[in-house]
Amino acid sequence: MPEPSLKTTVLHAHHVALGARMVPFAGYDMPVQYEGVVAEHRWTRASAGLFDVSHMGQARLHGEGAVATLEALTALDASRLKAGRQSYALLLNEQGGILDDWMVSRPDANGFFLVVNAACKDQDFRIIQENLRPDTQFEVLSDRALLALQGPEAKAVMAEVCPAATDLYFMDCGRFELLGERVIISRSGYTGEDGFEISIPNAKASELWDRLLAFEAVKPVGLGARDSLRLEAGMPLYGHEMDETCAPFEAGLGFGVAKTRLARGDVRGQARLAAQKAGALERTRVALRVLSGPPAREGARILSEDGTDIGLVTSGVPSPSLGYSIAMGYVPPAFAAMGTGLNIEVRGKSHPAEVTSLPFVAHSYHRKPKVQER
Amino acid sequence: MRFTKEHEWVRDQGDGTAFVGISNYAAEALGDVVYVELPEAGRVVKQGEAFGVVESVKAASDVYAPVDLEIIEGNPDLGNDPEAVNAVPESGAWFVRARIINPSQLEALMDCTAYEEFLGTL
Repeated sequence: MPEPSLKTTVLHAHHVALGARMVPFAGYDMPVQYEGVVAEHRWTRASAGLFDVSHMGQARLHGEGAVATLEALTALDASRLKAGRQSYALLLNEQGGILDDWMVSRPDANGFFLVVNAACKDQDFRIIQENLRPDTQFEVLSDRALLALQGPEAKAVMAEVCPAATDLYFMDCGRFELLGERVIISRSGYTGEDGFEISIPNAKASELWDRLLAFEAVKPVGLGARDSLRLEAGMPLYGHEMDETCAPFEAGLGFGVAKTRLARGDVRGQARLAAQKAGALERTRVALRVLSGPPAREGARILSEDGTDIGLVTSGVPSPSLGYSIAMGYVPPAFAAMGTGLNIEVRGKSHPAEVTSLPFVAHSYHRKPKVQER
Repeated sequence: MRFTKEHEWVRDQGDGTAFVGISNYAAEALGDVVYVELPEAGRVVKQGEAFGVVESVKAASDVYAPVDLEIIEGNPDLGNDPEAVNAVPESGAWFVRARIINPSQLEALMDCTAYEEFLGTL
C-alpha cells in the first residue's frame, strides 16, 4: 500500500498487479520499473513501451484571451500555433528564469490543451489562474489520464486501435474517437522514439491500458526507463537541467523562445533572454560522454583538465543503448566545444569525460516530409 | 554463510579468510548492476564501514563490511563483468576476499534461516 500522503493515478492498481516496484514521485505513488529498467528501456527502443504519465497536469485554456494569456506567461508565439499542432513551451518568471516546461497543443481551433510537469502543476495552474486575460476560460482536467505509447511499433499498434491517429506527423495533435470515447492524441513523447500521447477520461483509462498491453509488441515501462530514454534523447528534465535560476538559452532551449516574440520585445525576462541569445552566457548545457570509471550522476563536479571546478552534472545514466555512461551538465562556454576533455569527480576521484553532441541516441520521429523544391 | 541486515553475506573459509558479497535480495533490489568499486588490497575496514560501491542504472549504493576485515583482494572479474552481480550474487560475484580480524563477530550475524525470516519481515 502507498503511504497515505501519496496520490495515485487511476491506473495504480494495474501497476501493482503487474508487480511494479512503486516509488514516490512528485507526490504520487508511481511505478519505477516492472521487469527492470534496462529491459524496459531496450524494449521501448526495439518495440513499444506503454507509460502511465497521468501524474502530469492537464488543462484546457480557451476563449478570446487564451493566446494573450499564454503569451504573457511563456515565450511561445501562441497566435502562430495552428490547429492540429503542438509546441514545446517554457513558463518563465519575470527574470526569464524557467518555472516549468510544457507541451501546448491546439487539438482544434477552439483552444489550447496543456500538459505540465507533475511536480510543478499546482504552481503552474495558480499562475495561469492569476494571469488570465479577459474572456478566457481555464479548466484543470483532473478527470483525465495520460498514456504514452513509444517506440518503433507504436504506429502499428495505434493503427489497430485508432487508425486515424496514424495520419499525424511528429508534433501534430487532434481529437479522435477511441474505445467510443473522445480523446486527444499527439504524436510526440519523451523518449526520442516515434510515438503517441493519449489523453483519455479516467473512466476509460483502464480499458485503454489493457487494450494496449494486449498487443505482443507492447510492454509497460516505468519511470526508471523513462529517465534513461529521455537522457539518451538529450531531453532536459525540469528540476535537473533547468530551474527558475536558469534562462532558456543557457539551457540549450532557445527553440522554446519564439523569434517573433523576442522581436516584439514582450517576453518575460526580455532583456536577459535577448542578451543570452546574443551570446552572453555564463554557462551552457553540455552533453558528456564518460570515458572510464563510474557513472556520472546528478551533483557530480565537472573539472577542467587542469583540475579547476567548472560546473555540475545535472543528470547522468549508464546508457543501455550505448554501453557507456552519459550525462548532461553545465560548464562555461569556453569548455563547451565538441571534443573538449573534462573530468568528472565521483567519490573524490576524477574520471575522464568529453563533451559530445545531443542527442546521444538519434531521434526516430515520424516527421512530415519536406516539400521537394523543383 | 552469514548475512547482515544490510544484505551483505560473508562465507568463512575456515582458514581465517572469507569471501564477502551481496545477497540475492540485494542484487534483485538494485536491478541491473553496471559498475562495482572495490577496495585496495591491505585496507582494513571496520564492521559496518562502507568498503565498496555497487551501481545500478538507477543509483549508487554503498556495500558495508559485515565484520572487521583486512582486504586481501577485490574480485578482479567484476570490473569487466559487473552484470555477474545480478547473475550469481551469492557465489561467483563475491566482492572481496579478506582476512577476518575478529572471528567472534561472525556469530552475531544471521544464518540462512534467520536471514530468510528477516526478509519475510520486509
